[in-house]
Amino acid sequence: MELTDLYREVILDHNRHPRNFGHLDPADGHADGHNPLCGDRLSITLRNAGDRLEELRFKGNGCAISMASASLMTEAVKGLRHDEVETLFQQVHGLLTGTAVPTADLGKLAALSGVREFPVRVKCASLCWHTLQAALADAASGHAAPVEPVSTE
Amino acid sequence: MNLRARISASAAVYDVARVRADFPVLSRQVNGKPLAYLDSAASTQRPRAVIDAVDYYETHLHSNVHRGVHSLSQLATDAFEAARERVRSFLNAASTREIVFVRGTTEAINLVAQSWGHSELKPGDEIAISALEHHANIVPWQMVAAATGARLRVAPLDAAGQLRFDEFEALLGERTRLVAMAHVSNALGTILPVQRVVAAAHARGIPVLLDGAQAVAHEPVDVRALGCDFYAFSGHKLYAPTGIGVLYGREALLEAMPPWQGGGDMIRTVSVERSTWNELPHKFEAGTPNISGAVGLAAAIDYLESLGREQAAAHELLLLRAATTALEAIPGIHLHGTAAHKAAVLSFTLDGVHPHDLGTVLDHEGVAIRAGHHCAMPLMELLGLPATARASFACYSTLEEVAQLERAVRHAREIFA
Repeated sequence: MELTDLYREVILDHNRHPRNFGHLDPADGHADGHNPLCGDRLSITLRNAGDRLEELRFKGNGCAISMASASLMTEAVKGLRHDEVETLFQQVHGLLTGTAVPTADLGKLAALSGVREFPVRVKCASLCWHTLQAALADAASGHAAPVEPVSTE
Repeated sequence: MNLRARISASAAVYDVARVRADFPVLSRQVNGKPLAYLDSAASTQRPRAVIDAVDYYETHLHSNVHRGVHSLSQLATDAFEAARERVRSFLNAASTREIVFVRGTTEAINLVAQSWGHSELKPGDEIAISALEHHANIVPWQMVAAATGARLRVAPLDAAGQLRFDEFEALLGERTRLVAMAHVSNALGTILPVQRVVAAAHARGIPVLLDGAQAVAHEPVDVRALGCDFYAFSGHKLYAPTGIGVLYGREALLEAMPPWQGGGDMIRTVSVERSTWNELPHKFEAGTPNISGAVGLAAAIDYLESLGREQAAAHELLLLRAATTALEAIPGIHLHGTAAHKAAVLSFTLDGVHPHDLGTVLDHEGVAIRAGHHCAMPLMELLGLPATARASFACYSTLEEVAQLERAVRHAREIFA
């Protein structure tokens, strides 16, 4: 197990220069995520166009894995249909936990494969995906109720 | 003798290589590198003497305590009560009636909060703590405050992480019923002016509980000299096993407190209608205790005293200074907690590198540190940080480990540059 398997160049780059960083206003959906164990926090805002995720931004602070994972995620899901986002999440989850071999080409997201060798870091990488799910649910309900922050614990 | 002279005098007689040889785990490797265990503030390692004492007890002496007429039960009871006497002499308590065995510091504080707090606190009463407390010295008070209508008052810190004593003193008023404070901060290393805290509280008739979890292995603890009313600590931060700890309480206070858990050992008589309580300290020890843990704790105290507590503390101070100097020289480093009186705990952050990434890189280099909020979230909020990295030193830590730490931090800086 090498450190460079975890901290690949793509990850270090997205940590240094996170893509789609910020806040959408107005937004169709919004959710906050929190990893109380390490204090990582992030916030996702998104806009839909029909059943597609048209635009999203994330904001927050956390370790390189959580920041890079969120940044890579925003690039990967932009423009996807909601069901495609869900399918991609399942693939990424399998990749992170080592429980399933991704059947699709995950592109840059594959850089996160080293995380499975560091079990305590899996939650860092998956927090953004859980938060995105909550933001999509928020949009689907039309902001019906205040969304509880997503917690990894 | 000044500090420098004291350090060099004790360094001359303190043979850390010999001390390390007493701790089997320290010779192992982690990730192919020699282990530099710099997480003793979370839990210390055990010397062979403690492992052997527990092993001997389990092999030759174990039975239940305070019950059987058979020989083995007497031997186990003798070992358990001898451990209590060892703790009494270590703390210089007046009587073994004041030494209650618990699972650890957390349980000790919960015992006082549940027993003393529920019977003494009224709506509007106040409990004074400091802004650097561990969750174990916050949450039990929040729970009893919610149940009784009492409230918490928090004494602030200065920029170095020291108690603002005047503001603490100004908090103490007619409604203050208890001061509960750390002896040493686990997150910053600050040694609190506990003697002055006790004096200020006692001048107003307020009892004081000290959370000694982080202090007991590193600072002299004489409960009668301190004058505190309660003192709580855990064995596993004192080179003893997990699952054993101590609540010291002044006898008059413990005597007046109701039991907090019911069961075996804490009763004198039981009828279906009512029960009467056993004498101190057994009134607070419901159920079969952690006998082997108590035996291990006594062995750990023997071990620490065989090293010389002052010599071990001076050695740790030397390491703290070396580590402070080494880390300060790294560009982008920020040290958190720069109190004039500090235990060997070094909390830091590095620009551009999150503490968890730092923890992972250091682990890869064999260096074990803690990264996180150190169970002191209110303190972290005050510092405006989600987390810090923390290196902490013990009697077996070395200058080589300090150098290993420095190299690993520099390596992390290169990776994330």
